[in-house]
Amino acid sequence: MNESVYALEIKNLFKTYSSGTQALTDVSLFVPAGGFYALLGPNGAGKTTMIGIITGLVRKTSGSVAVFGCDIDTDAEKAKAHIGLVGQEVNFNPFEKPIDIVVNQAGYYGIPRSVALPRAKKLLQDLGLGDKMEERSFALSGGMKRRLMIARGLIHEPRFLILDEPTSGVDVELRRSMWEYLRTLTVKGLTILLTTHYLDEAEQLASRVAIINKGAIVVDGTMSEILALHDESEQRADGFRGGKLEEVFIQLTTETV
Amino acid sequence: MTSYQCWISFYTMIRKDIVRMFRIWAQTFLPSVMTSLLYFLVFGTVLGSRIGDMQGVTYMTFVVPGLVMLAIVTTAYANTSFTFFTSKFFARSIDEILVSPTPPWLFVAGFVGGGVVRGVITGILVFVVAFLFTGLSIPITSLFIILGFAILTALFFSLAGFVNGMYAKSIDGINIVPTFVLTPLVYLGGVFYSVHNLPEWWQAMTYANPLFYIINGFRYGFLGMSDVSPIVSVVVLFSLTIILVGMNVFFVRRGLGLRQ
Repeated sequence: MNESVYALEIKNLFKTYSSGTQALTDVSLFVPAGGFYALLGPNGAGKTTMIGIITGLVRKTSGSVAVFGCDIDTDAEKAKAHIGLVGQEVNFNPFEKPIDIVVNQAGYYGIPRSVALPRAKKLLQDLGLGDKMEERSFALSGGMKRRLMIARGLIHEPRFLILDEPTSGVDVELRRSMWEYLRTLTVKGLTILLTTHYLDEAEQLASRVAIINKGAIVVDGTMSEILALHDESEQRADGFRGGKLEEVFIQLTTETV
Repeated sequence: MTSYQCWISFYTMIRKDIVRMFRIWAQTFLPSVMTSLLYFLVFGTVLGSRIGDMQGVTYMTFVVPGLVMLAIVTTAYANTSFTFFTSKFFARSIDEILVSPTPPWLFVAGFVGGGVVRGVITGILVFVVAFLFTGLSIPITSLFIILGFAILTALFFSLAGFVNGMYAKSIDGINIVPTFVLTPLVYLGGVFYSVHNLPEWWQAMTYANPLFYIINGFRYGFLGMSDVSPIVSVVVLFSLTIILVGMNVFFVRRGLGLRQ
């Protein structure tokens, strides 16, 4: 069987929560292998629900999702082995040490400690946590916790990394070093699906982008195609103008009265 | 996952829980030992001497198996319900396992295994205390039956704790069942008395209590006698355990209380 050229294939995905909230409506998305792919949308647009479905944390109502050709329903173990997740919320036990959090995560993927330990040390050092790996995690700063989550998401060497707003609350210098590090990994073949509210970051990093609003994809394509939607002549009522991507984003996600 | 990878994942979950329980040993092991110490002091030494023999042995010797079992039941249950609940609601660290390829049955085994380990270790500690209190004179009919019942009981109540942890929506939710269901079942299951000492209607009710079979089966391993055949006890305990294993794997596969 030929492996899919897509890191992620989502077809006709629907999600309705038990409360009746329709979170996703007929979403289809194809993320090519390699590089950064930005998934943008306002709060409550359905980004985190979509990520939850891909990673097995949320049940879909209907539709199909495949990661590198592995269906998340019929080939869940293989699909999950391809994915690394850095979630929006800090979700590790704060009483554990960073080294233990990362090594244990490797264990859940079936990686023995003898392999995981040196790999975890290298990852933590690369992410600037070398001198913190034996401390209790609750003592880490917000930025350090984010970097710890990245190390945890990378420990099993996934081919597809999902970053759900990884830089919220992280200072500029740290954000820049994080992106530099992740960029080196994409050069080696890693595919990164990124959600962020920092649209300038997305504009610089991603070669492709999709914008989601109210549970539906409103546009997707290469960054240059999306930026080409920017209408230079359109003047906002408040006179403020952001970057090109930001203007397109506002144009596509703001309700017109 | 290959069977080796499954083993690594299981080992990781168990190891993590064992490291945690030994790190906070004063909270995980000591309370049951202290409670048992008080039971032995009051029921064994102070009151036991006035009660006299029961089924041909001293009252102190008679209550030992029940009290060891009480410790196993409560700690195995509490360990799994609490660790599962806290990892679900406290920082949501359970997602670490849910996003991994660890299959649902292994997920259950990992959490439940920790409860079994803590239950059995606590049981051994309580037995050591009992051994000292009885002047090192507790009869042992079959070590195989004792260990078999200890492990199977810890497994059963660890699985029951898993169900509780899965359904609980608040910290009160994991305290209600032990307080209002588990403790009465244990106390009325024959820890402190023989069912033959009860009125007929109470005896009939006792036969509907699963703890009665567990305590008596365990007691048989020590004293070589019980109120019910040990084979019946094994069949009841084993059947209930199989039912709970099926329920738990089904719940996790469906993502009940885990996935929206």
